[in-house]
Amino acid sequence: MALVVSGITELFESARTGNRRSLSKLLTEIESGASIETPSSSGWTLGVTGPPGVGKSSLIGRMVEIWSSKGESVAILAVDPSSPISGGALLADRIRMGNPESQDSVFVRSLASGNHPGGLMPYLGEMCNVLSACGWSRVIIETVGAGQSEFQIIAFADRILLIDGPDRGDIIQAEKAGILELADVIAINKADLPNSQAVADSIKIALQFGESDPTPIHTVSAIEGTGVGELMAEIENLGPDPNRKALRFRELLISSWNAALLTHPQIDLHLEKLCDGSITVSDAIQSMGSLMDFGVDSHD
Amino acid sequence: MVAPLNYCGCLKAASHLDASRMRVVIAKPGLDGHDRGAKVVARALRDAGHDVIYTGLRKRPAEIVRIVNDEDADALGLSTLSGAHDSLIPKICHELRSNDLNEVIVFAGGIIPERDRPDLFESGVRAVFGPGTPSSSVLEFLETASTRRNNGEPVGVGEDSRWHW
Repeated sequence: MALVVSGITELFESARTGNRRSLSKLLTEIESGASIETPSSSGWTLGVTGPPGVGKSSLIGRMVEIWSSKGESVAILAVDPSSPISGGALLADRIRMGNPESQDSVFVRSLASGNHPGGLMPYLGEMCNVLSACGWSRVIIETVGAGQSEFQIIAFADRILLIDGPDRGDIIQAEKAGILELADVIAINKADLPNSQAVADSIKIALQFGESDPTPIHTVSAIEGTGVGELMAEIENLGPDPNRKALRFRELLISSWNAALLTHPQIDLHLEKLCDGSITVSDAIQSMGSLMDFGVDSHD
Repeated sequence: MVAPLNYCGCLKAASHLDASRMRVVIAKPGLDGHDRGAKVVARALRDAGHDVIYTGLRKRPAEIVRIVNDEDADALGLSTLSGAHDSLIPKICHELRSNDLNEVIVFAGGIIPERDRPDLFESGVRAVFGPGTPSSSVLEFLETASTRRNNGEPVGVGEDSRWHW
């Protein structure tokens, strides 16, 4: 079903034998638009999301330590935002993950969100499949931690860990109707600071309304390591969730649609026309719609 | 109002089809806690449209090589102000080569005296930038190196060439 570029298959075969260089090159090929069919594997993907600065990378670093000590191999796709002005990106998630590069059982690839304002690119799913097929027993996607992406992570991750922290005030209120309902586990980080228990309590109360089986909430401290073991036991017990097909495909559709729109060859032209008022937004959609090129499975 | 047009232009620049956009690792090898320079360079590269991965402080050569591999970087910038450049940088270059990372473009910056530079060039470093270097020089270097690579001219750390900036 997918277009197989020559050379990709060789890279994949080599990556499956444990060649990190080939795996790394293969991920670059996928990022550049290449596609590869992967055998289905038992691996599952954990999406880690939450507002900026709550400690997503730090907590992932802690989790990776525990997983590696238990003999698991962990691959992390860490997404950071690209500048809307220059298109460039400063990818610094791995700094906060402790020292992932000192262990053979950890693989970290930093990804720039690029043209995808939701921060999640359609090829993430393929990257996860490749990593699982290459024997990485735990695959984690860390989102940019901004708005929409918190929903779109559903498209790529089997399970979702939402991280929040103390002293973020009303933002928590605003989020109550959103990702909180989709999260499988919630971690309130920075338990070493005051107020984190209060945040956990207020989220617990918010979730109790209307839900018979409220989402488990853990208070953890990525810095001190407290509560991380319990959180991970909870995550390990979850396993993949098969009941989200419609939701997953909905978000996958949206992110692929956005990607197609933003890489449209005539987007600059249409933005210019919109700026000078010569067309309306619906004119632009009509005119560009016939020429949309969808990156995911467009070769069927 | 030029902003929307700039925005359109940058969307194009961020496209994966753009050959001039590079993935660059900026690394701090060894026991050196000063990274203002590394951060300034990282920021300048980002502003020029590149994807920059900053390693953070105090990385061992093997860790830097691992990061360059896993991130599939096109270029590696090594910042050192500790005086250990003459042992650390050649070691990193050597390890890049022995890990099949011959095509990676290596450049260095920090407190590196003139007299030490020939040895670094000898070990595969393609540019050394000292204090006071305008960030535009680093960008020009990367552009030139990238052009060389696209033309099939040797420029990587494991590619035989006398060329340097």
